[in-house]
Amino acid sequence: MTDSPSAVAATDLACRRGERVLFSGLNLAVHPGEIVWLRGANGQGKTSLLRLLAGLARPAAGRIEHGLGRERVYVGHANALKDDLTVAESLMFLSRLHGFDTRAEAHEAALRRFGLWSRRLAPVRTLSQGQRRRVALSRLCTAPATALWLLDEPFDALDAEGVAALNLLLAEHAARGGSVLLTSHVALSLSSPEPIVLSLGEAAAA
Amino acid sequence: MTAPVFSAVLGRDLRLAARRRVDALLPLAFFAVAVSLFPLGVGPEPNTLRQIAPGVLWVCALLAAMLSVTQLFAADQADGSLEQMMLASGAGSASALSVAIAKAVSHWLLTGLPLLVVAPLFGVMFDLSGRSIAALCASLALGTPILSLLGSLGAALTLGVRNGGVLLILLIVPLCIPALIFGSGAVSAVESGASARGHFSLLGALFIATALLAPLATAAALRIATE
Repeated sequence: MTDSPSAVAATDLACRRGERVLFSGLNLAVHPGEIVWLRGANGQGKTSLLRLLAGLARPAAGRIEHGLGRERVYVGHANALKDDLTVAESLMFLSRLHGFDTRAEAHEAALRRFGLWSRRLAPVRTLSQGQRRRVALSRLCTAPATALWLLDEPFDALDAEGVAALNLLLAEHAARGGSVLLTSHVALSLSSPEPIVLSLGEAAAA
Repeated sequence: MTAPVFSAVLGRDLRLAARRRVDALLPLAFFAVAVSLFPLGVGPEPNTLRQIAPGVLWVCALLAAMLSVTQLFAADQADGSLEQMMLASGAGSASALSVAIAKAVSHWLLTGLPLLVVAPLFGVMFDLSGRSIAALCASLALGTPILSLLGSLGAALTLGVRNGGVLLILLIVPLCIPALIFGSGAVSAVESGASARGHFSLLGALFIATALLAPLATAAALRIATE
């Protein structure tokens, strides 16, 4: 591990879902330039951990420290898209909401990257699952450069081309000092940087 | 409260309503149909109609607001938009509050304001005098924002609950009763030639209190619902 200040660090974290303790005593740190692949069986609390780190939920115990001035981008299971808006409008809404880049060039680049530029005026209702996932992921391109990305199963529903586009984006993000924490049930096909595997079962003494 | 979040959410809601015009007109259609039933049921006696008009118009406006508010947050929660709104501009109480206010304002613009526009027509239908119709519009202008604010609180509280719509009406309608009493009371007072100043003062006080407190409660309920 590097000595540089971490993008996010959690100490002695515990998460409770109703009566059940999902995990406790979890320690983790994600540093700039790192891609961390969070692994664990279904129901072990991967999504809950991401939601804790995103700030959507409060931990039952423990502490979360965020790197100074680092934005967090959370892309959950749900794509947060409205059927009646077009692709371009959806991206614009999410970017405005989070205070991201709203310039037209940035949005064109983001949509081109995911092969959605020709579909920019299509209502989301007419898109396939994979295309919706691409729209949701395209807002990563409008986020600040060194943001912490929290991605819940980002490869879900993506085809080979989409996976390649996302891999490229992840590698570029790590190269410019951004950090990523992601879950995926399929093996990552990412070579540089080598993703750090964090197994939820081992990291937490549940 | 943060202005970009407020304008982003409000702008999106208005745009969505423009894409679904029929859905947006439903509360207004409900109001028109419900109000029109009364002369048919009660009989066309002008004096009776004039007497019940303030109450009928106010009750129908209240029901139209309650019926349309049930889905205010449900769709956004189902597709994950609500999560993103809660995380907007660095998760915190500010973004939740902005979302709560933006949603209440969009609900009022889409149901309260149209009701306000058509209410004079129905006043004429019930043979109200010009002064009574003016009082009706004034009371609805102060009262419908209260309904939208309380309704959005109810919608946030019943998020994720099965049969949330019925629960919402049971929870929130009692809170709307003061607005109903002073709103319809103001029109009745003017209709009978008395001063409606007291009614309007109380309605205004209710509006201010609701505007200050309801968004805070809505924001807290939203945070619990997305946790």
